[in-house]
Amino acid sequence: MTVAVIQFGGSNCDRDTVRALEHLGIDAHLVWYTDGLPGETEGVVLPGGFSYGDYLRAGAMAARAPIMDEVRERVEAGLPLLGICNGCQIGCEAGLTPGAFTTNDTARFRCEHVHVRVENADTPWTAAYDEGDVIELPIAHGEGRFEIADDRLAALESDGRVLFRYCEPDGSVTDAANPNGSKGNVAGVLGEDEHVAVLMPHPERATLPELGLTDGQGVLDGFA
Amino acid sequence: MTAYTAVVTVRLKTGVLDPEAETTQRALERLGFDLSDLRAADRFEIDLDAEDEGAAAERAEEMAERLLANPTIHDYEVAIEGR
Repeated sequence: MTVAVIQFGGSNCDRDTVRALEHLGIDAHLVWYTDGLPGETEGVVLPGGFSYGDYLRAGAMAARAPIMDEVRERVEAGLPLLGICNGCQIGCEAGLTPGAFTTNDTARFRCEHVHVRVENADTPWTAAYDEGDVIELPIAHGEGRFEIADDRLAALESDGRVLFRYCEPDGSVTDAANPNGSKGNVAGVLGEDEHVAVLMPHPERATLPELGLTDGQGVLDGFA
Repeated sequence: MTAYTAVVTVRLKTGVLDPEAETTQRALERLGFDLSDLRAADRFEIDLDAEDEGAAAERAEEMAERLLANPTIHDYEVAIEGR
């Protein structure tokens, strides 16, 4: 598996992601967004950061960069894609995943560790966990509040497309454990197919043992 | 061709939380102003040349659909003015 980590102007978790993937034995390369998607690409990460300075809406500009047409075409043909943080916002802006991630309910940037509960363990991104497992991941975002119409959220839930929900350490899903006001405490969702996923927390910051927290390895192992 | 300004107003759908507007409202109240609600919107003024008003509106609507608004959270309206 050769994973392309796409660097947009303003991406800042791109190198962390490559290093985390390499630690897991997954071949990963940085790809500058104007260079196009290399032919040997077998997986794509849209990394975290502040592409285009979050102009207009977080992820709005990057989602419409020409490389995203290539990404969309390849993803429709089965290419695995993971969007993390700003990459999560880009994925939704590009229509690869449902809903929108917008301004936190507090209107403040939240940078801390959170707990999320695995809602569907039957996907490449969560196969390392069991349904109901609670993992600890860092978040760092100002626009992470998941918004979607109630009926569409209900449809996502019944289709098993909610991947993670913010929760207490014991797994209970509460308002207090919701760092940004996300509807349904949703922290990550699947696209129409399970090979496409986005999440606001940072699994690549919870992968290298020297950083102390390795709960995120299972998410990146979706590329293994 | 005629010169127009297309004014595209993008606002959050009713019921979608707007934390920035709420913070702005609270700041106004702290300054001693009396108000019952505050809604914010983005306004884009786009100068363009088109055959007629209808063509100008159609182009501006496509801009809103493809970039300026996010249909998950936004409604938008387009007004065409002469320039």
